[in-house]
Amino acid sequence: MKHVLAVIVENKPGVLTRVAGLFSRRGFNIDSIAVGETEVPELSRMTILVEGDENTIEQVIKQLNKLVDVVKISNLTNESTVNRELALIKVKAEPHMRAELTQLAETFRAKIVDVSLDSLIVEVTGDVEKLKAFELLLRHFGIQELARTGKISLMRGVKYIKMNGEGRKNG
Amino acid sequence: MTGAQMVVEALKQEKVEVIFGYPGGAVLPLYDALYDAEIRHIMPRHEQGGIHAADGYARATGKTGVCIATSGPGATNLVTGIANAYMDSVPLVALTGQVPLHLIGTDAFQEADITGITMPITKHNYLVKDVKEIPRMIKEAFYIASTGRPGPVLIDFPRDILAAEGFFKYPERVEMRGYKPTYSGHGGQINRAMRVIKEARRPVICAGGGVLISGAQQELLQLSEIAQIPVTNTLMGLGSFPRSHPLSLGMLGMHGTVYANYAVTQSDLFIGVGMRFDDRVTGKLEQFVPGAKVIHIDIDPAEIGKNIPVNVPIVGDIKRVLTQMIKKAQKCDSGEWISRIDQWKQEFPLCYDCAEKELKPQYVIEQISKITGGNAIIATDVGQHQMWTAQFFSFEKPRTIISSGGLGTMGYGLPAAIGAQIGCPDETVFLIAGDGSIQMNSQELATAVFNKLPIKVAIINNRYLGMVRQWQELFYERRYSSTSLEFGPDFVKLAEAYGAVGIRITTAEEVVPALERAMEIKDKPVIMDFLVVSEENVYPMVPPASPIDQILRGGGK
Repeated sequence: MKHVLAVIVENKPGVLTRVAGLFSRRGFNIDSIAVGETEVPELSRMTILVEGDENTIEQVIKQLNKLVDVVKISNLTNESTVNRELALIKVKAEPHMRAELTQLAETFRAKIVDVSLDSLIVEVTGDVEKLKAFELLLRHFGIQELARTGKISLMRGVKYIKMNGEGRKNG
Repeated sequence: MTGAQMVVEALKQEKVEVIFGYPGGAVLPLYDALYDAEIRHIMPRHEQGGIHAADGYARATGKTGVCIATSGPGATNLVTGIANAYMDSVPLVALTGQVPLHLIGTDAFQEADITGITMPITKHNYLVKDVKEIPRMIKEAFYIASTGRPGPVLIDFPRDILAAEGFFKYPERVEMRGYKPTYSGHGGQINRAMRVIKEARRPVICAGGGVLISGAQQELLQLSEIAQIPVTNTLMGLGSFPRSHPLSLGMLGMHGTVYANYAVTQSDLFIGVGMRFDDRVTGKLEQFVPGAKVIHIDIDPAEIGKNIPVNVPIVGDIKRVLTQMIKKAQKCDSGEWISRIDQWKQEFPLCYDCAEKELKPQYVIEQISKITGGNAIIATDVGQHQMWTAQFFSFEKPRTIISSGGLGTMGYGLPAAIGAQIGCPDETVFLIAGDGSIQMNSQELATAVFNKLPIKVAIINNRYLGMVRQWQELFYERRYSSTSLEFGPDFVKLAEAYGAVGIRITTAEEVVPALERAMEIKDKPVIMDFLVVSEENVYPMVPPASPIDQILRGGGK
């Protein structure tokens, strides 16, 4: 089963290496990882998609908690969340195909962000399934290049991850 | 004040009494600052020896061990020692030199990315990029190394940072939002544990190294006596419960006593205290404690539920948790159980066959146990002699076994014994080593002689890498591939070459006189070369990946 972890870490050099290294050393499988600064500049948020059963996820969380630079971990798997991933896709597009591609993009609420003589770049956001479906359709035209950000998630409604102090941490 | 002077000042603030270090280019500024400092500095003959000595010092004294190495090969020579300390939760601070900041990443002379290399084997590590960070980083390093579940912390100092000037103010406390160990046990869980203990009829406590780290041997003894629960030990936990106590079962696991393994397997309650269900302890996991409830007490929450499911998890410092438990402890109805265990003790004692005139390794260790009355610090190397020591030396007191448990590092023993003797100058320190292991760090004889350390080195010399040979005998049809050490050095001459005393012992009658002579020598190491029978096996033995009650008992009774 796939789990979504929001991991708040110190925004310091080497932290990503520590987290990624821990996953490989303990034999955990990362599906995707997305990192960026938070509203508190000295903290970063990692959204990690990890595959495993309940016991594995419990170990992942406990081992991550042991890293000194990890401040807090929230398991968002069973929370009601807004999830997004962004992809940039460069598609082969002869002039006569542009109309069809534009229409397709509109259906997926994707944007065409760059156009050249024989290709264009489409920007699409959404959940993983939507991105997959869109990618499958574009394959038909010929994808030259594709880049994805990995998933990010926030809890819906009043719930939120408090940045300071609240997280129980253990040595 | 220069960065190097800051380091020295910070070490003084941390009340560091001794440093194990080896100089080199990148740490020249630090060694210049140490020249005037009143901190004892021990120079090993190899950085690996230095860090194992710091490790042995830490295990014997409970203080944080400190070592220094230069950049590149100096730092990489620490790697085994860091991994060793990490596996056995030993508090260490390793200070390494690094090439100047502007050269990092250029493959400069003696450059190695030691923070990258040691990331998975340190509790935490630092690369200093500004002289201003030195006081905070050192304060944090000592705090992280010595609190919670202890472990090694490394700080990497670029040479120009050590030479740079800065203002020194040592922080009074540390503030790390990402590091807050839990010390007190959860009250509700402790109540649950006490209910489970009261209902138990066949309880067993398994005490690991965490009891020693926490200094909880008194509390363990009290709980065991009040509730009448027998106690077995992991290798790391030996000494946390007196071996001569009627409720002691000795070590469990692969080379544990038959009665410990039977008791654990047939228990209805297994209480793991400061131990981590290592594969050498549990054997085949699926059949470990098949009919028992499990209470697991450990300061590291990640250990709980890692290997086996737990009924009552308690995260906290062992001493505090046991104190909380003792307040509510009652006697279990375990009388019948204890007499069954006593029967097993009668039926399956630790023993070995000994024909006349043979010099048996077990006999040597029994005699060391006898002559010291269990009142000595025993360092070991890794292999058969280590297991015989665990079986036949009667560990009575905490912090008396100094042995590489988790990593199983051959060559650990001699430098660790040096560290232990430096930390405990008034104690008798023995090293029980194999003829293979001793050769992995025998250069440290120079360190021991130079520092006038009266370490008694007992080499259990069987002319084999004995443990590997034993496995080849049992599981590889006696195909002794690369395990013969027939061409070892003359250890008596080796001792003499370093200025130590060398004694060769070839018969059982010579053992006690040699030990008595060794005990008399107070100003230099003694190397006793015990030429024991060559193909003795360690029994009992649980074959790898078998349940721990399926035991090979060997030729003994």
